[in-house]
Amino acid sequence: MPEAFLTLLLFQFLGVIAQRALALPIPGPVIGMFLLAGMLLWRKARQKSASDDATVVEAPAASPALSALARSLIACLGLLFVPAGVGLVTELPVLGVNAVPIVASLFGSTVLGLLVTAFVMHRATHHAPAPEQVSDADGQVL
Amino acid sequence: MPTGRCSDLMTDRFFAFIHNVYAQAIPSPDTETLFWLCATIAAFVVGMRIQIRLRRAPWANPVLFAIVVISTALFVTKTPYDAYFRSVKIIHFLLGPATVALAIPLADSIRQVTRSLPAMVLALLAGSVTSVVSGVLLVVAFGGSHEVALSMAPKAVTTPIAIAITQQIGGTPALTAAFAILGGIIAAMIGETTLRRLGIHDWRAHGLAAGIAGSGIAAAQVAQRDPVGAAFAALGIGLNGLVTAIIVPLLLYILPG
Repeated sequence: MPEAFLTLLLFQFLGVIAQRALALPIPGPVIGMFLLAGMLLWRKARQKSASDDATVVEAPAASPALSALARSLIACLGLLFVPAGVGLVTELPVLGVNAVPIVASLFGSTVLGLLVTAFVMHRATHHAPAPEQVSDADGQVL
Repeated sequence: MPTGRCSDLMTDRFFAFIHNVYAQAIPSPDTETLFWLCATIAAFVVGMRIQIRLRRAPWANPVLFAIVVISTALFVTKTPYDAYFRSVKIIHFLLGPATVALAIPLADSIRQVTRSLPAMVLALLAGSVTSVVSGVLLVVAFGGSHEVALSMAPKAVTTPIAIAITQQIGGTPALTAAFAILGGIIAAMIGETTLRRLGIHDWRAHGLAAGIAGSGIAAAQVAQRDPVGAAFAALGIGLNGLVTAIIVPLLLYILPG
């Protein structure tokens, strides 16, 4: 478990450094996510070419400890937004002045954004129905 | 109205009493940290229990529940937000490693990702443009100020990117941060139900839409439920940040006003 946590922190650190050094518009942790995914896939590809074993193809890319840690962190991802979310309280006076346009725009544009994205994605992938088209996992965590 | 004034006095006394209890019980910064950490996690756990009790209804969002409970608690105990945030900073800090952790479902679902890459690019561009343009136009249509309209433009992106963009175009960072969180809560509450009602059940579409239109909070909701959804939500957040950073200045240049 310590190795797994170190991996996540190191890649976040790498991401932050890359963001600073290259003045990228994406936040460090998101860059770290792409870097870690790249590293996992590269390692898996190397294992696959080394062993030539068909079972490796379907094996998860990360170590069991890293997978477990990622699963638990993602399971409480919502909780991690609460401290920033409570900060809304400090903005309430400003939000109240423009309440009608803010509410209308937030609802309207969020729903439109969701619909357009999902619809285009749905249409464009429709001709090849995916095997992973799970109808509903019934709230099963990952 | 004497009765109204009387009950006001009662509530004032009640709040003063609670504040005194809090001030007596929390003498040191360490206990304060422990208290607010426990309160925040407890509020979220209760919110999750309620959601499960309501057959996992997406509108019973535990993030919103915890925000309302904690805000009320801050008001009652007269705790400034800065002191609260200092106490629960560790929770906020874990957002970084948790974002990096999305790499694992992403790597595990890489074959679905590469297979639907063209569709994804198309959906990404369409979703980003829709979200920026409709956000700005709706504020203007309902008579909102110029400042609010500019701050609304990048609201669908993950908060740090949104703040960087809003500074660049002359919006207000605090407003944009508030819009990003509220938009995420709205997307988490009504997104899944709306899409299912329209016959979209594919987790790839759900994940991508949540990542693009609702950023973190909506992505968290999808990521908890399905690994493929988590992978596409992670991509949605990352790629939408990039696309929006490019198109917002462009679109504002084209849009009149």
